[in-house]
Amino acid sequence: SAEVIGASNLSGVRHVVLVLSGKGGVGKSTVATQLALALRQAGKKVGILDVDLCGPSIPRMFRVQDSAVHQCDSGWVPVFVDQEKSISLMSIGFLLEKPDDAVVWRGPKKNALIKQFVTDVAWGDLDFLIVDTPPGTSDEHISTVEALRPYKPLGAILVTTPQEVAVGDVRRELTFCKKTGLRVLGIVENMSGFVCPHCSECTNVFSKGGGEELAKYAGVPFLGSVPLDPQLSQSLEEGRDFIREFPKSSAFPALLHIAQQVSDSASQRSS
Amino acid sequence: MADAAGGPQPEDCPGTGSAQAGRAAACQGCPNQKLCAAGAAGPDPAEAAALRERLRCVRHVVLVLSGKGGVGKSTFSALLAHGLAADESKQVALLDIDICGPSIPKMMGLEGEQVHQSGSGWSPVYVEENLSVMSVGFLLSSPDDAVIWRGPKKNGLIKQFLRDVDWGEMDYLIIDTPPGTSDEHLSIVQYLGASHVDGAVIITTPQEVSLQDVRKEINFCHKVKLPIIGVVENMSGFICPKCKNESQIFSPTTGGAEKMCQNLNVSLLGKVPLDPQIGKSCDKGQSFLSEAPESPATSSYRNIIQRIQEYCDLQHTQEEKTI
Ligand SMILES: Nc1ncnc2c1ncn2[C@@H]1O[C@H](COP(=O)(O)OP(=O)(O)OP(=O)(O)O)[C@@H](O)[C@H]1O
Ligand SMILES: [Mg+2]
Repeated sequence: SAEVIGASNLSGVRHVVLVLSGKGGVGKSTVATQLALALRQAGKKVGILDVDLCGPSIPRMFRVQDSAVHQCDSGWVPVFVDQEKSISLMSIGFLLEKPDDAVVWRGPKKNALIKQFVTDVAWGDLDFLIVDTPPGTSDEHISTVEALRPYKPLGAILVTTPQEVAVGDVRRELTFCKKTGLRVLGIVENMSGFVCPHCSECTNVFSKGGGEELAKYAGVPFLGSVPLDPQLSQSLEEGRDFIREFPKSSAFPALLHIAQQVSDSASQRSS
Repeated sequence: MADAAGGPQPEDCPGTGSAQAGRAAACQGCPNQKLCAAGAAGPDPAEAAALRERLRCVRHVVLVLSGKGGVGKSTFSALLAHGLAADESKQVALLDIDICGPSIPKMMGLEGEQVHQSGSGWSPVYVEENLSVMSVGFLLSSPDDAVIWRGPKKNGLIKQFLRDVDWGEMDYLIIDTPPGTSDEHLSIVQYLGASHVDGAVIITTPQEVSLQDVRKEINFCHKVKLPIIGVVENMSGFICPKCKNESQIFSPTTGGAEKMCQNLNVSLLGKVPLDPQIGKSCDKGQSFLSEAPESPATSSYRNIIQRIQEYCDLQHTQEEKTI
């Protein structure tokens, strides 16, 4: 109801974007991270909510894995990545005593924490809240979409790699979006093509074109192909700002273009 | 895990898998108490015992696990099954418990196959006479069908896979899992009984983003007392097909699986390089081992499969274990 939303921690959040994939390891957290960095570069305030409870990657990708969240009157204070507080994060990684602790939880417990993540984080004013998810179409996804429904998410970005085995899982994720009424902002094909640093030969390590084909088949926008770029994975390992530090790298233009399209979708809706 | 103030779990949560789930004193007031008490959380012990009885004719059970997605669990499970089934005297079964993202049907060249009902349950789908496969993929009518299920339904299906599939005698049961440490993992271990599983093979890629999840998976194994056969590092290094120089696409910035295995005192079973042919063979549903017998990745897979076989040979058979 309007009253509940009026009082909510998400009332200062303008646009909610989910990053989804049926397949694991295709680069959901990578896309979520780079999208946040690129939107910050464009002057936006961004939050990332990491609902991957068993395998959270977001804290390390911003090199804040040793931070903890604090409690305030209106809930949890997210972890800020920079002094300007332009990127804030919430992840189960910040709640673990030891970084290697396994979160051995069945669905009901995961669902309860996700509900809390959606209602109890004091995000303040954000242009974008990006939600990073684990692979699949199960508890985390159903609970996240249900809890966010009152806040009318802008939509979902679906990430795939080019090979058929991954595209098949993303087809199922599209069905999930359709069934839950979540708009698909578009499909990203990640890890398409690797340019050998020694001889510049491009090899399609995980084949090529599967993501674009799927977008055509499903009638949803294709947001672009991101090549396999060792500088990108290295930069994520070290939690660096890839968008600021590596504008010449091969993945950069594609990532920036994705952020641009998300921005455009947001301004279309606002106007 | 730290009980974040106002967190959803009571301090002394008995664990959703415990017989005390939802019934312990600590469960009073927990938002999940009803669910846990209703058994939505875990199997009841009598049922688990019946399941194990049914699986007495399985000699060796190997679980393929990883905390991280997309590291090559299903590829490895498929090749392990092919590799073991190369010995025609051995009966091998491959069970896919990735309910929301089943890849095994495609990788085994069985896409579009359906499960048939036989007198004694569901029949698995056969690749060879001595290699049978079961996956939720065989129960879906279209490639667009999504399995949008919460935990309890997934657990129910896993139980059915163990109880209602007419597996017959098995020398090896290989189980492919989704990433994580949640319902599917807890259920399979509880249904089978950790002591009835020969062990887990844990797959990772070399970079820290993957290793940090894999450490959690190793802790999960310790927690549920699941023996670890060892770790496989996949996608370690890429050799350019043109100039033959090696590149690290996923760089082992913190020492890779080797260092992690040393630190955690688990065996490293081997490293498999990135070979674009592996993904292509998977998409075509063919065994990479026979498609590319000369590839360095093949010899590395073969070595690893042999080590797993030796490990299993040293284990007692199921029958001996249950006595
Ligand atoms: N375009 C790319 N070039 C090089 N490395 C990449 C690229 N995209 C992702 N990676 C690397 O691949 C690995 C997997 O990516 P990531 O963790 O983002 O996947 P994910 O979909 O979030 O995985 P999970 O399903 O486990 O959550 C990471 O180490 C990441 O740094
Ligand atoms: Mg991730």
